[in-house]
Amino acid sequence: MNWDPLLITFKLAVVTTAILLVISVPLAYWMVNTKSRSKPFIETLISMPLVLPPTVLGFYFLVAFSPGNAFGNWINELLGLKLVFSFGGLVVASIIYSLPFMVHPIQSGLSILPHSLTEASQVMGKSKWTTLFKVLLPNCKASLLTGIVLAFAHTVGEFGVVLMIGGSIPGKTKVASIAIYDEVEAMNYGAANFYASVLFIITFCILLMVYLINGGYLKRFWK
Amino acid sequence: MIKIDIHKRLRAHDSEMNLRIKCKIKKGELVTLYGESGAGKTSTLRILAGLLKPDKGEITINEVSWVDTANKIFIAPQKRNIGYVFQDYALFPNMSVLQNLEFASNKAQNKKVIAELIEMMELGDLQNRKPQTLSGGQQQRLALARALVCKPNILLLDEPLAALDYKIRLKLQDYITRIHNEYALTTILISHDIGEIMKLSGRVLVLDQGKIVRQGIPSEIFSNEKISGKFKFIGEILKIEPQDVVLIVSVLIQNNVVKVIANKSEIQSLNVGDKVMVASKAFNPILYKIE
Repeated sequence: MNWDPLLITFKLAVVTTAILLVISVPLAYWMVNTKSRSKPFIETLISMPLVLPPTVLGFYFLVAFSPGNAFGNWINELLGLKLVFSFGGLVVASIIYSLPFMVHPIQSGLSILPHSLTEASQVMGKSKWTTLFKVLLPNCKASLLTGIVLAFAHTVGEFGVVLMIGGSIPGKTKVASIAIYDEVEAMNYGAANFYASVLFIITFCILLMVYLINGGYLKRFWK
Repeated sequence: MIKIDIHKRLRAHDSEMNLRIKCKIKKGELVTLYGESGAGKTSTLRILAGLLKPDKGEITINEVSWVDTANKIFIAPQKRNIGYVFQDYALFPNMSVLQNLEFASNKAQNKKVIAELIEMMELGDLQNRKPQTLSGGQQQRLALARALVCKPNILLLDEPLAALDYKIRLKLQDYITRIHNEYALTTILISHDIGEIMKLSGRVLVLDQGKIVRQGIPSEIFSNEKISGKFKFIGEILKIEPQDVVLIVSVLIQNNVVKVIANKSEIQSLNVGDKVMVASKAFNPILYKIE
């Protein structure tokens, strides 16, 4: 059995989730606290992947990152990154595609915390960052976990975007969801079933863990 | 000496209000801000703490300028070294009692202060508990202790006792008096409870529509005319019911309901919910020992 598509899928999901976490925490914090007029526009942009067909995103990525145009060429020359039909391109596309799944839970987690917590910390002489990392984030762990898991699971489940930008190169950009499609087309139902069942079981387990942890069932069990 | 002279336009829901506060508070004073909700009491505290920026004006503390809009001076709340007790206490749920206190301190030398405060506020047995497992009174004591860890000169209390029941209130009023004296604080308190104000504070500033309309010592502020009576209590009218030719007025004084007989002319300007003073000077009270 070829494990490559599964390995690529989970590698992509882990890398994407890690980078998303770093981006999303400051972004969510900004969204909760800003009074800027640009907020609705930024919010809209972040939420676009929720409603837009993945192929639309994939198509624009493909056009934008193509070495044949100025932007893709610039990235290629400046950073030495070739984003079309490469793992790097998959990561960039996945980050944008899964952004709302990470930002929204963290944003709502932060926004339901009483504002007085921030103010109390300020009055004690603590900086914004100390307040964020020592006071605010530890008090919305459930939202952080939800964001991490949703972003991870959503990246695992990607199909359209990765197919367009990645091009299904075996061992490089062919992820499990594409492999299933290919195997079904080739009437290899056994292989398709293998990938499908692995994804099914792992996704089920991850989501179950979240509900167990956030519902406090594990704590009760250990007691 | 705190000198405040500020102006701020406040928008709440659909109404606008001009907060225009001008006052001086001497070092070591315990001053109460009194007034209806929306009169600008909390906003005044928040402006003092630096959590709200005034549109115009100055705040100077012991000749040091904290706010001076003309010269674009604004000291951040982080640098003001103020103790602030929030209405909802704002205890950090992820930290234990001890960690809440430690988070408030900046230097290692404050270990001694923390130990002292734990002792004073009787938090010793609760050190490792999380705030949400504490009772209201315990949370309040922790909030008070936490506000004092960094040894502030000014303590701001935003209705600190409003959510507590009567017995615990009395006890905590004693704590506030104690810390105010022991730490030589200048304290500004927001309170609606006239009994509490009389007990704790030396001066009251009455706010209405964002302005200080009256100020003075509590007993003068809360009684319109001076009565040389031996007995006077402040209470709230609960019920007015006619009986035969007179009316019986039930007044809630602290946690007791007292019935007072009144005639129709006396009751004319009074309604249920009014704050009243029950006073008497021509009767002979009897003392019973209760403890």
